[in-house]
Amino acid sequence: MRLRRSLSRISLTALSWAVVLVFLLPMAVILVNSFKTSAESADMSLALPARMAIANYQSVFQKGNLATTFLNSAIYAAGSSSLIVALTLTAAFVLSRRKGRATNLIYFFIVLGTALPMNYIAVMKVMKTLALINTRLGMVLLYAAIGIPISLFIAYGYISTLPREIDEAAVIDGCTPASLFALVIAPLLTPIASTIFVLNFMSTWNDFIMPLYFLNATRKWPMTLGVYNFFGMYQTQWNLVSADIVLTSLPVLLVFVFGQKYIVGGITAGAVKG
Amino acid sequence: MNAKKIYPLYFSYGALGLYFALFFFPCMLGLFYSFTDWNSFRPEINFIGLDNFRNLFKDNTPYLLYFGNTVKFTFLTTVWKTAIGFGLALLFTRRSRFANLHRMVIFSPQVLSFLIVGLVFRSLMHPSTGFVNLALQGLGLGALRQNWLTDLHWVFKTIIAVDTWKGVGYVMVVFIAGIQAIPASYHEAAIVDGATFPQRVAMISIPMLVPSFMVVTVLNLTYGFRVFDIIYVLTNGGPGYATGVVNTGVFKEFSKGDYGMGTTLSTVLFLFITSISYFIIRSMRTKEVEA
Repeated sequence: MRLRRSLSRISLTALSWAVVLVFLLPMAVILVNSFKTSAESADMSLALPARMAIANYQSVFQKGNLATTFLNSAIYAAGSSSLIVALTLTAAFVLSRRKGRATNLIYFFIVLGTALPMNYIAVMKVMKTLALINTRLGMVLLYAAIGIPISLFIAYGYISTLPREIDEAAVIDGCTPASLFALVIAPLLTPIASTIFVLNFMSTWNDFIMPLYFLNATRKWPMTLGVYNFFGMYQTQWNLVSADIVLTSLPVLLVFVFGQKYIVGGITAGAVKG
Repeated sequence: MNAKKIYPLYFSYGALGLYFALFFFPCMLGLFYSFTDWNSFRPEINFIGLDNFRNLFKDNTPYLLYFGNTVKFTFLTTVWKTAIGFGLALLFTRRSRFANLHRMVIFSPQVLSFLIVGLVFRSLMHPSTGFVNLALQGLGLGALRQNWLTDLHWVFKTIIAVDTWKGVGYVMVVFIAGIQAIPASYHEAAIVDGATFPQRVAMISIPMLVPSFMVVTVLNLTYGFRVFDIIYVLTNGGPGYATGVVNTGVFKEFSKGDYGMGTTLSTVLFLFITSISYFIIRSMRTKEVEA
């Protein structure tokens, strides 16, 4: 009996590591090849490079126009996420506190957007009419519009758990709606604000559909579109392509490692409620 | 106390306005444009009734194939991600020293861009210099080498596999949260009664995880119907139209300048998803009443 149990434990442990290997291997291959010379990486294998070709990273940085695309991605991701946090927290506060026909209608109308598919071509028309197409402001506003439904959903669920007595006490002490929200409620919302910010930051950073449709000017491209273009030009040089892939994924992987708590929090907030 | 005064409605106008202007309104505008011949060659837009919708069913057009592929993709990825994600959740809720590290590694593709994942696998699956074929040859399994992304027999399976690789970590995390919420006493009582592990999974875990299964299914369905990125990067709908889905079709029409046809595809997808959501919500309502 004991033998059987320890045998099954060993086989399950082996299975765990095998599974992990399936997820680690593709990334390891890319990482190893990013340090090879062109000749070494002609065949993409796990063989270690003879000498670390750090120069790959330098040349990718220049050829791939990484400084500009990095800055653009940062503007789109940080700009839209901040906007989403500000708009959805204020909206969720009022919509969850004031139960009524109008507030319910507004809430469900916006949350409906989590399931709707975007009509990209019609969005282009609207962006053109509003003179937002091919502009950085337009991208920030568009990403904000896309992120609002799910973020409102998460914020609404969280605010419903805060006791209303806080509001009443603050109003008796002379708070206006604006000061009630800014001074009393907002500080209580930092955890959920962080979750909403991190989730939207990552999805905007990773997106490449919007720039594909709405940005012609290369100098406004985010990192994703930059790396796609780079792949097209240097497809035969796996070492450079690999280095570019590593550099583009690094920022989100860092956000993931440091913001892990908020990401998992967001998943369970969305999942348990849904 | 006056709720209208403390909670003024205008606090919600920012979110409402932006969502309406750049998301909801375009969806409705798209409905209108799908009855027109709007394109990039002529400035005027004419009303052409149902012509675009009739085009969907013409013999020499790929549109029906797009819809078929979208449904196939959605169904297969939902099934695989749910099954594997549940298995992984069982595997990684065991008490083990590295469980946290393992979970983190499996979840990590989720935070990478679809574009990056697509490019990684396009490199790995390159027929002559890619890692997969070289590794098969190195293991003496050279006969198994394939043109993973161009062979009609393999290409759809490859896409499903890559998409599952990327998305299964998320499903696993949802299930892990669900499993950890099951009171330990249930399993302890069952062990005392002599239940084996498979029996406990079937009789305790799965029934207790019905809400998690629902959530995962809804998430996978809404993702699957809207899929674009991973297919665009891996095959761009090719070879030919073999792996084209609705949203890669929309982008093709957009690139050609045939905006009317593009919005028609979006519109049909919109109606399709809306009706499916309606049924999902309704079935959930009846479930709630039963419970």
